[in-house]
Parts: sequence; structure tokens; C-alpha cells
Amino acid sequence: MEPARSSESELVGERLACRRGERLVFAELDCRLAAGGALVLTGSNGSGKSSLLRLLATLLIPDSGELLWGGVPVAQDAAHYRAQLHYVGHLDATKPALTPRETLGFWATMRGTATPAIDAALADFGLGAVADWPCRWLSAGQRRRLALARLVAAPAPVWLLDEPTAALDRDGEACLAAAIAEHRAAGGRVAIATHQKLTLADADIIVLDDFAAPPEAAVAALW
Amino acid sequence: MAPFLGLLRRDLRLSLRQGGEVGLVLGFFVLAVLLFPFGVGPEPELLGHIAAGIVWVAALLAAVLSLDRLFAADHADGGLDLIVLSASPLEVAVLAKIAAHWLTTGLPLTLISPVLAVFVDLDPQAIPVLMLGLLIGTPALSLLGAIAASLTLGARRPGVLVALLVLPLYLPVLIFGTGAVEATLTGEAAHAHLLLLGAVTLAALALAPLATAAALRQALD
Repeated sequence: MEPARSSESELVGERLACRRGERLVFAELDCRLAAGGALVLTGSNGSGKSSLLRLLATLLIPDSGELLWGGVPVAQDAAHYRAQLHYVGHLDATKPALTPRETLGFWATMRGTATPAIDAALADFGLGAVADWPCRWLSAGQRRRLALARLVAAPAPVWLLDEPTAALDRDGEACLAAAIAEHRAAGGRVAIATHQKLTLADADIIVLDDFAAPPEAAVAALW
Repeated sequence: MAPFLGLLRRDLRLSLRQGGEVGLVLGFFVLAVLLFPFGVGPEPELLGHIAAGIVWVAALLAAVLSLDRLFAADHADGGLDLIVLSASPLEVAVLAKIAAHWLTTGLPLTLISPVLAVFVDLDPQAIPVLMLGLLIGTPALSLLGAIAASLTLGARRPGVLVALLVLPLYLPVLIFGTGAVEATLTGEAAHAHLLLLGAVTLAALALAPLATAAALRQALD
């Protein structure tokens, strides 16, 4: 169609709408994430930050609208698009009985990464000293760091982070900021849902409250 | 293939480190079988007659007991999201988890069954057929159980719901599994029953990963 669509490896959401149960969370939302770009999603509780991220991660299907990767609808080749993205949600996906090293190795294997940078990832997030402890001994912040270390262990161009700084201390936030800066410098893209002040250079900001569906529309859609 | 093996290895490793789970299922199996001599009375005639049914029913119940851990932990800790987003098709990942489940429930149940068969006075001649039946049939228990386990993700009391959903599905396995032993005891050939049991397992192998993956996607929505 129009030339803007065909730009290589750009993530574009067009007129996205998301429905959770019977409630239309947001509608008519456009977003664009180019190489090296950053998208900060803010908004009040329940405004749909997490839903938008899960939608971008193909874990939710948009009620209407379309998601395009490199100009191609994501639905056409979901497996290809999923290989491009990292999703770090609220939950850390760690197992109490596994060590951080095993956890990173396992998730890198699941992504099909042959040579994961596990030691670098552990070092980047300050987990070197606890790398061989079972995760049940880790604090909430350390488990959070471990979830974020997945980003470094197996590279992928798109990072989708849901409240990544929750439970992180100041040093952890610095680790994350450094990882994001390095990722963007290499042409990576990142979308972050947060309600904290996060210092990201020239990031696009989407305030989810601006796209809240009017209540009557929700009722009309329901009946 | 690497994701399949990776997931299989991780689940086995988790089972070994949290060894209690395998032990609980085996313990339940042993106790459930051993209750029968006390309840029915120790007459060898009667016990030996229903021995295959006792072992099979106990195996079904033990399998049901173990199903809730199949997906619930990954669902609760967010790992299921990452498995869905992984490089492997969800159906293949599901198959890896089912394989790990069978290796830690169905296989140990099969291996311990000869001992229990002796306790309930099964004719020793029929023990190989009982074991072979369990070996062929227990994969179907894991496969069909995965469907129920995935359908009940997010339910408030999944344990009971899983049992209600899955026990009717287990009926063919029970019928052909015990049928094979009965046939041996009455001097007939057991292979027709075993072939039908194999057919049930193959059908489950073909359908269960698809159905389970669909239910898991639904659970994440």
C-alpha cells in the first residue's frame, strides 16, 4: 500500500482496539516503533498498558485494527514475528528449583538460540555471585533482574517490557537503563509500560487514557 | 527440536529436584491398590479375579492426581507466555511437557505394577500383559489428561474439575487395558485388546497436542 508501510523491520500498530471480557479497554490506538526507537506507555491503572504490550506480543488478539512488522501483517507469519521479540511481563518465569544460569540457558534454548550470552547477561544485571543458587533463595528484585537478563542472553530486536523496574533497586534500574541504551544503539526497539519516571532519550510517549473507549461505546458494542 | 528437548529436560530436572511429586503419585498408587485386599478380604480367588481392574483403576486415579502440575505452575509464574512465544510451535512444546509427565508418572507406575499385581494375587502369567498394557496405555493417560489440565487453567478448584473431565475420557483405556489381562486369564490371545489400546494412544497422540495448545491459547487470552 502506501510506502510508509513497507519500511523494513518497523513495528506498526494501526487503529488497535483491545477488549478484555466485555469491556473495551482502548480503541483507535496507533503506534509506531522504528529501529532504535523507544515507546513509553503510561496511563492510570486499568488503562490498558499491559494489554497493549500483550497485544504487541501477540499474546492477545486485537479486537480490531492490525499489527504490522516490516509492512507485513503479523498474523500472516506469527512465528517469524515472535522470533523477533522479547516479552518480559509482570511475572518473572523463574522456577524455585532452577539456578539463574539454568533458567537463562533454558529460555535461550526455547528461543532457538544456539550460543546464548549467559555469562554476559548475568554480569550485566549483577547476578554473577548468585548464578548457581537455586532461584528460591533469590529476592524479588534479583528474580526481576533474572527475568530482564533474558533480554541480553538471547538477542532479539524488539523488547516489550511490562513495569520492568518493579522491585528493582537503583542499581538494578541503572543496569536496565544501560542494557536498553546498548540495545537501542544497536538498532533495537523497546516498548515499556510504566508509571514511573523513566529517563529514555527521545522516546515516544503514549498515554493510554487518551484512547479509552467512551463508556456508551462499550455498552453499545455489548448489546 | 532443540526447544522440545530443552523443555523436556527442564521438566524432568524439575521433577527430580522436587522429587516429592513423583513419590506422591507412586505412593498414592501403591496405597490405593493395597486398600483392596483389606476392603474385599484376602480370598485369592476373588482378588485375583479383579486384580487387573484394581491396578488399572488405581493407575488412572494416580494419573489424575498428577495432572494439576502439568501446566499450572507455568501458568502461574508467567512461563507459559514465554513458551507460547518460543521458537517451537505450541503443539510441540505441549508434547514435550506431556512426554516429561509420562516419564515421571506413567513409566514409574508401569515399572512398579508387577509388585502390586502380586499383592492383589494376579496370576503371574498375566503380569507381562498387564505391564505391556500399562506401557501402551499410560501415554494416553498423560495425553488426554493434558487436554483436561489445560482446559481447567484458571479455574478455582481445578483438581476436582480435572477428574470430572478426564475420567470419562479414560474409559477406553481402562476397558482395553483390563480386557487384555482378562483375555490372558481365560486363555485367549490378548493382542487384539493391546492393539485397540495402542489405537487409543495413537489417536490421543494425534489429537491431544492440538486440543491442548488451543486450550492454552484460550487460557492466556
